Amino acid sequence: MQALLSLENITYSYHNLNGETPALSDITFHVTEGEFLAIVGPSGCGKSTLLSIIAGLLEPESGTLAFGSSSSIGYMLQHDHLFEWRTIYQNVILGLELNKALTKENIDYVLQLLNDYGLYAFKDKKPSELSGGMRQRAALIRTMAIRPGLLLLDEPFSALDFQTRMTVSVDIGNIIRNTGKTAILITHDLSEAVTLADRVLVLSGRPATVKYELPIHYDMERTSPLLIRNTNAYQTYFNLLWKELSDDLADKETKP
Amino acid sequence: MTLQTKKQNHDLTNQQAYILAHRKHHHMIAFFRLLILLVFLALWEYATYTGYIDIFFFSSPSAIVKYLYQMILDSSFFMHTGITLLETIVSFLLVTALSFLTAMLLWYRNSLSEILEPYLVILNSLPKSALAPLLIVWLGTGSKTIIVAGISVAVFGSVINLYTGFCQADNEMLKLIYTLGGDRKDAMFKVILPSSIPLIISNMKVNIGLCLVGVIIGEFLAARRGLGYLIIYGSQVFQLNMVITSIIILCAIAMGLYKIIQSLEHWYKKKI
Repeated sequence: MQALLSLENITYSYHNLNGETPALSDITFHVTEGEFLAIVGPSGCGKSTLLSIIAGLLEPESGTLAFGSSSSIGYMLQHDHLFEWRTIYQNVILGLELNKALTKENIDYVLQLLNDYGLYAFKDKKPSELSGGMRQRAALIRTMAIRPGLLLLDEPFSALDFQTRMTVSVDIGNIIRNTGKTAILITHDLSEAVTLADRVLVLSGRPATVKYELPIHYDMERTSPLLIRNTNAYQTYFNLLWKELSDDLADKETKP
Repeated sequence: MTLQTKKQNHDLTNQQAYILAHRKHHHMIAFFRLLILLVFLALWEYATYTGYIDIFFFSSPSAIVKYLYQMILDSSFFMHTGITLLETIVSFLLVTALSFLTAMLLWYRNSLSEILEPYLVILNSLPKSALAPLLIVWLGTGSKTIIVAGISVAVFGSVINLYTGFCQADNEMLKLIYTLGGDRKDAMFKVILPSSIPLIISNMKVNIGLCLVGVIIGEFLAARRGLGYLIIYGSQVFQLNMVITSIIILCAIAMGLYKIIQSLEHWYKKKI
C-alpha cells in the first residue's frame, strides 16, 4: 500500500493585530490508499484547520504536503449546504458545473449514484422537501460526482439528530468502504470514529500535534453499528481513546 | 353514517368555518379602508360646500374630479403624467442596473469597497436636492437633468444596501464552492446572486419610491412638463386645483409602481 497523502512537520498559526495563535504544531502522518482515517481531538484544537490545509484552502507556514497518485479532493462539510434555489439534481452536479466537466459520462455517473443511494425519485425536488439523512446523502453525491481521490469529512454528521446520525454515518461509511475511497473523517464523537475508521489519530489541545495513533480492527464486517458497539474490541478501543483525550483535558486544567 | 365519515364531515365543516372567518376578516378590512376614504372625501366636500374651509385654498373632491376631467379632455393629463412616469421608470431602471453592477464589483474586489466606503457614506447622506442647481447648470433643463436627479437620490443607498446584503452570504456556502474547485467569480454567480434575489426585490421597492422623489425634485426646478412642474406652477399662480390634482395623480403612480414590484415578488415566491 502506497501513501496517498503525506504530511511532514506541518505548522500553522493564525495572525491578527493582537498577536499570533498557533493552531497546528509539527504535524506528521501518512494516509495509505483505501484507508479510512479518523482524527479526533478536543474542540477548538485545529482539526478543521488541518483539513483546510489538506484541501488547499490554506497554505501551511512550514512543512510539506505531498500527494501520491491523485490529488483531487472531495470535501464534505458539517452542514449539507444544498442550495434551495436548485433542485437536488442541480445541486449534485454543482461540482461538475464548476469544473466544466458536464460530460455525458459524468452525468450518467451522477444519475447512477442518485439511483444507488435511493435519491433518484427525488432528483427534481427542492432540498427542503428532503429529510436530514437524505440531504446528507445528496451532499455526499455532490462530493463524489467529481470523483475525488481523497474524501475529507469535516464532522459531516454532527448537525443531525441522534437516530438519523447513526443510520447516516453507517450508510456513508459503507458507501465509502464499498467504493474503496480513501477518507479522512474529523469528528469529536469517539464512538463514530471507533465504528467507522481503520485508524484513529488523537490530536492534543491547541496548538495541535499528533499525540496518539490507534489502528482499529474488528473480526467482523462493519455492516451494523450496533453489533460493532457490542463487541469487546469496540469497548477497548473506545476506552483507550477516552483515556487519551481525558489526559489532555486534565493537563489543561492543572496548568496555572 | 359510519363513525369515519361523520368525523370527516366534522373536519370539513371546521375547514369551511375557517375559510368563512378568513373571508369575513378580509371583507371587514376592505370595508373599513374604503370607509375612511369615503368619510374623508365627504367631510372635505361638505366643509367646502358650507364654506367652513375656503375652496380657493383647499379645493374640493368635486372640483378635483372636474379638473381631472378637463385635463383628460385637453390631453394635458397624459402628457404630464406620461413624462413623470417615463422619467421615473428610466431612472429606476438605471439605478437598479448601476447599483447592482457596482455592488457586484465591490464584493468581487474587497479592498475596493474598503477604499470607497467613506465616499459612499458621504454621497448617501448628502441631501440630493442640494445637487439639483448644479445639475441644471451642467445638464440644462429637461429630462436628462431630471433623470439624473432621480438616480442621484436612490443610487448610493442602493449600492450600500446591496453590498451589505452580499457580504452577509453564508461563508460555509462560499467554502463549499472553493472546495469544489470554483473561484470567487463562481461564488458570485452560484451563491451570492441567487441567494440575494429577495434582497434585490425589496431593494427595488425602496428605489422606486426614491426615484419618484428625485424626479419630482428635478421637475420642481428644471421642467416645463410633468407633475412636479404642475405642482410648482399651480402654487405660483394660485391654482390649487392643479396642485392637489397633481398630488393625487402622484399617489396613484406611487401605488401602481409599488404594486408592480410587489407582484414580481409574489411571482418569485411562488416559483421558489
